[in-house]
Amino acid sequence: MNSENMILMQDIVKRFFIGCPNELQVLDHIGLDVRAGEFVSIVGESGSGKSTLMNIIGALDRPTEGEYILDGVDMGTLDDNKLSDIRNAKVGFVFQTFNLVPRTTALKNVELPMLYAGVSRTKRTARAKELLRLVGMEERMTHMPNELSGGQKQRVAIARAMANDPAIILADEPTGALDSVTGRLVMDIFHSLHKESGKTIVLITHSQELAEETERIISLKDGRITGVRKGSN
Amino acid sequence: MDMFENLSLAIGSLKANKMRTLLTLLGIVIGIASVIGIMTVGSSMTDSILGAIQGMGAGNITASVQQRSGEEDDGDFAADAVLPGGRSESISVQATPTISDRVTDQMISDFRENFPDQIENISLSESVGSGQVKDGRKYANVSVTGTNSGYGAVNDIKIVNGRYIKDADISASRNVAVVSDKFAKSIFGSQEPVGEQIKIYQGEQIYVYAVIGVYESETSNIVMGAPVAEKDIRTNLYIPVSAAKSWNGSESGYMSFTIRTRVGVDTDAFLAQAQSYFDRYYARNQNFEVSVSSMESLMNAIGSILDALSLGLAMIAAISLIVGGVGIMNILLVSITERTKEIGIRKALGAKNAAIRVQFITESIIICLIGGVIGIVGGIGLGLIGSQILGFQAHPSVFTILLALGVSMLIGIFFGYYPANKAARMDPIEALRYE
Repeated sequence: MNSENMILMQDIVKRFFIGCPNELQVLDHIGLDVRAGEFVSIVGESGSGKSTLMNIIGALDRPTEGEYILDGVDMGTLDDNKLSDIRNAKVGFVFQTFNLVPRTTALKNVELPMLYAGVSRTKRTARAKELLRLVGMEERMTHMPNELSGGQKQRVAIARAMANDPAIILADEPTGALDSVTGRLVMDIFHSLHKESGKTIVLITHSQELAEETERIISLKDGRITGVRKGSN
Repeated sequence: MDMFENLSLAIGSLKANKMRTLLTLLGIVIGIASVIGIMTVGSSMTDSILGAIQGMGAGNITASVQQRSGEEDDGDFAADAVLPGGRSESISVQATPTISDRVTDQMISDFRENFPDQIENISLSESVGSGQVKDGRKYANVSVTGTNSGYGAVNDIKIVNGRYIKDADISASRNVAVVSDKFAKSIFGSQEPVGEQIKIYQGEQIYVYAVIGVYESETSNIVMGAPVAEKDIRTNLYIPVSAAKSWNGSESGYMSFTIRTRVGVDTDAFLAQAQSYFDRYYARNQNFEVSVSSMESLMNAIGSILDALSLGLAMIAAISLIVGGVGIMNILLVSITERTKEIGIRKALGAKNAAIRVQFITESIIICLIGGVIGIVGGIGLGLIGSQILGFQAHPSVFTILLALGVSMLIGIFFGYYPANKAARMDPIEALRYE
């Protein structure tokens, strides 16, 4: 196995309602590889299957057919608990709608993945503070999510995604709910994580403009990869 | 995931919905409080009643003349009960014991000589009835009882002044009386009572007796019903049994007597010996026999009846606990639906099913424990008030309190498990999509 490959997908098929009259094939023999340290984007219209692909990459879902190896781990054989461990250790999610846990401070939100990983209280508080400083949120650590603006929430979410130093950061339309200025700020954080920390980042978006900023653009249509090209920047 | 984090999570989410938490708590509080209250009143009642019986002499054995239960022999009794119609003529009319049916002084002294190692004392008594002692404007209510010399010892009467009735008083049928300290105080005040004459008024009759002793009256009287003014309380006045018999105009012999056994005597074995001893005397008596029984067996019987009674009531109260538990389950299900998205986020961040399950069960246990503690405090309060009203000394039992805590925790686990499991098994993708 090539250790250079962070994500290695072969002939991934995903069907829903298997055996029912309304059986639906969402992903059709997807082959995808992402190198360690690469910043790639997956673009497609809604209904192209990119959410389903993201769920499989992020170990939230299993493919119906095909082989998926994430950071050297074959995902085909894992049970629910193992998938939880993989999500916890290897995947950092950034969602369009931020998905911070309500009534929980920014600091506690960033601590959550470490809590589930069994990191001690002092260590996780220290790391959470460090990460919040990295995204420029050290002033608002004790704020609740409803006291933060969209851009601030997303920065906390990025800090949370970095908590367990994951193999990949999986960002699903991270700027979709933000205005252009704060969206720009969030994209800059991704770029700096990529350049300075060498993070592997998979950006899922419907915006060609954002995709151009990444190293490689993978186009998805009707559950098939229709093109792979380099980003223009 | 550590326990402390679970606790603070649970407390946080309970605080977030204060009113809802309060209402949910209420179910458990009411349930636990009523169980504890009933158990407290129940055990106080049992203790007080058994204590009172103990005071009457728990180690004593009572022998009494009773009508035979069967016409010919005891074995027929069951058949009589099964076929009452067919043998109705065989059911005897209530026979009145005649002088020949009574236990005589001779029988009692023979009995005593037969078991010198077992019998410490024998108490004989003949109730005369109530009367009033008057001296000018002072008065005291009394219950007059004729006793032998053994009565005082068997019934633990404590003489504080003078002496108790002696055998000589009985054989001479002297008009002497032993009175209570309360009586002495209300009739004689600070004056020395021993040697003084008292007049006992009963109906039209007036009897004159000399006080020979004063005993200490029991302070822990169970007074049920309407409260009685201190000076109207009726105390016992003891006179020689022979004097009582002539007062009553009754026949010689006794319908019952009480035996105090020596320390270390096997009560059950002696009971059987005494029974067979008297069976010989009454073998030819067709209507009556002497039945020997101990207070201990009566106490056990009463004790178990009272325990069963309070347990039964507590069981009924426990139904409200189940209702409270269902309330918790209901609220948790609502809470889980509301927090579907949060559960999805936690799962996406790597929370295992077990972690989610523990989080919600912790919440349920905390509600139950808080409710349990408030309920215990309230229940003890209710128990104290209830015992006070019924006139018993309250005895909250530690065992019941610990049991209540354990039960509330179990309710938390039992009724929390289903909702918690439902949360744990949510599909993370669908949970994340939930708005």
